[in-house]
Amino acid sequence: MEIGIVVFPGSNCDADTYHAIREVLGRAAQYVWHEERTLRGLDAVILPGGFSYGDYLRAGAIAATSPAVRALRPYVAQGGIVLGICNGFQVLLEAGLLPGAMQPNAGGRFRCEFVHLRTERSDTPFTCGLAPGQVLRIPIAHAEGRYYADPGTRVLLAAHRQIVFRYCDAQGAVTPDANPNGAMDAIAGLASPSGAVLGLMPHPERASEDVLGSADGRLIFESLARWIYSGRRLPAQSVEAH
Amino acid sequence: MAVRTVRIIVTLKPGVLDAPGQAIQKGLDALGHRGVEKVRAGRYFELEVRDADDLEQRVREMCEGFLANTLIEEYRYEIV
Repeated sequence: MEIGIVVFPGSNCDADTYHAIREVLGRAAQYVWHEERTLRGLDAVILPGGFSYGDYLRAGAIAATSPAVRALRPYVAQGGIVLGICNGFQVLLEAGLLPGAMQPNAGGRFRCEFVHLRTERSDTPFTCGLAPGQVLRIPIAHAEGRYYADPGTRVLLAAHRQIVFRYCDAQGAVTPDANPNGAMDAIAGLASPSGAVLGLMPHPERASEDVLGSADGRLIFESLARWIYSGRRLPAQSVEAH
Repeated sequence: MAVRTVRIIVTLKPGVLDAPGQAIQKGLDALGHRGVEKVRAGRYFELEVRDADDLEQRVREMCEGFLANTLIEEYRYEIV
């Protein structure tokens, strides 16, 4: 099993993610430079958090043009699975691998704090070890996490069960107060219809050990390892966002 | 072939929350500039591009595929 972590100029959660997989989970991980043109041989690809290219133009927009990200489309079409965390989520949107866009947080602030997430879907490679409705406590750290999709796309997101995590309170109730950035439908995590591609605004790698204040994020990496080890495969698929 | 200057302005679509614009409006107000009813923030690009018959079409492709995120932004340009 080998998980690739793509490194862009300005990535700053790559080492945290590597640590969570290698040291906490005890699984194999490797860094993948953004100029790599093929992702063959990797069991999963993670786009880590950070400020790729200084968030120039729009968060994730320049990274979306890199060879490694352009290689994601054929990689996923052949059954590969991809997790984008925070800036990685923004990259997936800009690359058209997930639908919609991120806007600046409602309130205009960079939000860096623990939030609660409700698991809406537990049949993806990243959530297969979670129970439906399970509440995770994981931190966010972003200025642009207010998810937006046009009304037509919003209908499709529901039809295809693409919402994987919603911001909620400690009891699992989705309320306006529990939504830290004004995201549409309190979306914190969004997947492609098959679940092969997941974008996640919160940072599971920052909550994978008790010493960090929560180990709930580890459940996402453990799900991924379990999925890969079980040999489960998603069918080859088209990867048009919509 | 001649080089043309292309000026492109990208702003948020009307109705999309313009948080930077609102923050700038507050800043102007704090400095005592009264009467500013609205501020829309955006981005300006100036490109030097070799002229071609399909230049305008190419500029549109640059805007729609990269310089603007047309889900939430709109663009306008002039070729001089």
